[in-house]
Amino acid sequence: MPMGVALDAGVNAGVGADPGTGQGYLAIRDVGKQFGSFVALDRVSLDITSGEFVSFLGPSGCGKTTLLRAIAGLDPPTVGRIIQAGRDITALPPSERDFGIVFQSYALFPNLTVAENIGYGLRGTAWPKARRQQRVTELLELIGLLDQIAKYPAQLSGGQQQRVALARALASEPGLLLLDEPLSALDAIVRLHLRQEIRALQQRLGVTTIMVTHDQEEALSVSDRIVVMSQGRIEQIGTPEEIYGAPATPFVASFVGRSAHFSAKIHTPAGQITSHGLVLPAMAAAPLLYGEEVEAFIRPEDVELFPLSAQSAGSFEARITGLEFLGPVCRVSLEANGLRFEADIAPSEAAAFDTSPGARLLARFRPERLMVFRSNG
Amino acid sequence: MADITAPLQGTVRVKASPDETALRALHILGFLFLALALALPLSSLLLRAFQDQQGDFVGLRNFAIYVTTPSLIQSAWNSIWTAALTTLVVVPLAFAYAYGLTRSNMPGKWFFRAVMFLPIFAPSLLPALSLIYLFGNQGMLRWIMDGGSIYGPWGIIGAQIFYCFPAATIILAVALSTADGRLYEAAEALKASRFRIFLTVTLPGAVYGLVSAAVVVFTLVVTDFGIPKVIGGQFNVLATDVYKQVVGRQDLNMGAVVGMVLLVPAILAFLLDRWALTKKSATLSGRAVPYRPKPRAARDHPAFLLCLTIALTLIGIVGVAVWGSLIRFWPYNLALTLDNYDFSRFDTAGWQAVWLSIKFSLMTAVLGTALVFIIAYSLERGPRSGFLAGPLRFLATIPLAVPGLVLGLAYIIFFNAPGNPLGIIYGTLAILVLNSMVHFYTVCHLTAVTAIRQLDPEFEAVSASLHVPVWRTFSRVTIPICLPAILEIAVYLFVSAMTTVSAVIFLYGPDTKPASVSVVHMDEAGQASAAAAMACVILAISLSAKLLQLFMNGVLGRFTSAWRR
Repeated sequence: MPMGVALDAGVNAGVGADPGTGQGYLAIRDVGKQFGSFVALDRVSLDITSGEFVSFLGPSGCGKTTLLRAIAGLDPPTVGRIIQAGRDITALPPSERDFGIVFQSYALFPNLTVAENIGYGLRGTAWPKARRQQRVTELLELIGLLDQIAKYPAQLSGGQQQRVALARALASEPGLLLLDEPLSALDAIVRLHLRQEIRALQQRLGVTTIMVTHDQEEALSVSDRIVVMSQGRIEQIGTPEEIYGAPATPFVASFVGRSAHFSAKIHTPAGQITSHGLVLPAMAAAPLLYGEEVEAFIRPEDVELFPLSAQSAGSFEARITGLEFLGPVCRVSLEANGLRFEADIAPSEAAAFDTSPGARLLARFRPERLMVFRSNG
Repeated sequence: MADITAPLQGTVRVKASPDETALRALHILGFLFLALALALPLSSLLLRAFQDQQGDFVGLRNFAIYVTTPSLIQSAWNSIWTAALTTLVVVPLAFAYAYGLTRSNMPGKWFFRAVMFLPIFAPSLLPALSLIYLFGNQGMLRWIMDGGSIYGPWGIIGAQIFYCFPAATIILAVALSTADGRLYEAAEALKASRFRIFLTVTLPGAVYGLVSAAVVVFTLVVTDFGIPKVIGGQFNVLATDVYKQVVGRQDLNMGAVVGMVLLVPAILAFLLDRWALTKKSATLSGRAVPYRPKPRAARDHPAFLLCLTIALTLIGIVGVAVWGSLIRFWPYNLALTLDNYDFSRFDTAGWQAVWLSIKFSLMTAVLGTALVFIIAYSLERGPRSGFLAGPLRFLATIPLAVPGLVLGLAYIIFFNAPGNPLGIIYGTLAILVLNSMVHFYTVCHLTAVTAIRQLDPEFEAVSASLHVPVWRTFSRVTIPICLPAILEIAVYLFVSAMTTVSAVIFLYGPDTKPASVSVVHMDEAGQASAAAAMACVILAISLSAKLLQLFMNGVLGRFTSAWRR
């Protein structure tokens, strides 16, 4: 699997030293886009290996769609270079590139049937009628809609329409599949189902795929690698586990997953931080110098709770301010010396505490999970 | 293999695809068309106003003559007050009618909806002729005038009310139909009185519609030529002044000056209307629930009576013209006859004028629709960076602000200028078609743009990724989906070309006299019955075109119901 390759391909790592061999399927170098004085993309570099599923994740306006449209040639970049399968495509119009694309709106032609939509690009001498029909049937089988072949898009459900759009994009076997928020227009249950289907299809066909999404759960669940973006820059590139477990920047820590954020200072001895009069062990703080200002993040699942009577190193007294029952877990809102944070505990565990607001107990941030970043680093 | 490590060379210069080149070429084509057929003629009109008969620059002398000629100033004032009075009458009537259509539960709404369009299909001369039949020197109801004369301001205002009614009603019906039912439910839940709800919910929602309707009516009256020509008598207005200066006195310079004066209210109205347009956006959010009136007798019965009165008046005015055209000698011999339809007895062009009008309107419809739609498509889906796109968009909105008479005058000055190679089309069918395509351009352009914007903006991107050229997607997807809008544009152009007088009165040649001009000539020659007959023929042809469109929409709807939602 491409996972192994993916792991060590960082922002500037792995390529370029040996042209022609180290290059992935898609190489993006210093790609920038400016609208007047607004910088939509700030010299972004990225390599994507053949067969990989990469997600661009970020809030709206972070440049993820701009980057996708630059790769497609729909909105070419102002500077930089994009190389696909050894071919410099930076300045080529979309019609001379090799990609299939699926939009949030599906963009199916409403006056053409499902079969006509899928076969829309299969024209010319390469696609005689019999071959085209065979290919359309094959794709309809692949997406499980063979019985809908003669229907019009308006007669299909949203999920079915998006599958047809996917089949249309894959019809002429492009080297690259681009998905622009493909699931955003669908309701929650269809979305969960379809994202697994897209992933399975992608793995089966081995097509290199880029998906733009603002939904972190979606990105985490289907991607080989995730590119987290903010304000036109790449914040971090990594596997879903890396992005969630070891965020590279405060932005990633706060954007991906849920976490409480607070400012702190490096404390002594090494490996501790202090905030709101509390001293908290944090392994990530070990290499930092005493007195340095840091931003710290802690996820609800990395907070442990004990009864006041228990003895635990690094724990501190906290007061319950609220309780939310979420089904599999209970989310407890807490406050200690003005430091506000949350803890997830199993409902069965919650029964062991007094969880009424105002109740006091001991809390502990797992030192290996406390995320610490230099302030304005 | 491309080398990623090769140094970057400055800004990316994107290679143009054949699609982009084609769409850019269309921008150039559209720009050339509007520059040649709109911008240049208007510029030569402007220039002419500052020249003397010999073509020497005289500065503001023509304007000085204008403001010191009492009769000309009197006409301008006449135009203003008749237009203002018409507006004051039409807008409340249209509001009541539109209110009945959209906010009441009266029966027969489909009938009222259909009748309100009636005046659109007749030349503006028709109501004037009807009023002459009723209240003129031989009018059946002359006693109502009590010694006064219909020839003059009252005749003009009466006919203009009929002529401007549909425009105002359409605008107000649209403004009143976009109401959020939840606002009314909230107001009722807060126990507001009906009057208070009307003042605080209904009126604010319609206020820009009211501004827009008033502006449109005012402009229509000031710039209309047919009605004051037929029923104005000795009462001069701006539009008849232009005609007199140009056709009567052959003074193109003073004509140009009066034309520019005529342009002032039209441009002001245009700007005011655009301002109103920007203000009214987003009155209806995506979550709004359409307002559905519940039956209520205290509102529905008066609404029904009022709409019925208005509708019967509209039908009555058309009816009088039709009846008058079938009468042997009004009002002394009321025997029915078709003699008045034997046009060759009254005008040398005879029925030839009708065939010519049909030919000219068909050409305008076919060429105009193709041109407008393709240019609108290239603007909406073409390269956004195109340097001509901005100027082209702007030019496309100008014709709405240019009265037909002014455009016609600009055409004489531009195309008849010695040394202009385009002068060969002067006096031919071509200049009539070109003039009409430009005169009615804006409404068609906006219709096309609205239709194209309803298509998914990514169709072209998908096509490019599938290596399908843009013209193929245009013909296979865009045109089929936009067919109802395309038909709408074509019929609008056809009907407008059939009924227009002002735009073509300066431009027809000896062999190219349209039916609408024939009406003016027969009326001038005192052949009122024949003029009415010709106006009725125009009405019948325009109505047939509209009915054909409705029929084709029905057929299309049946064929495309599978994919249309």
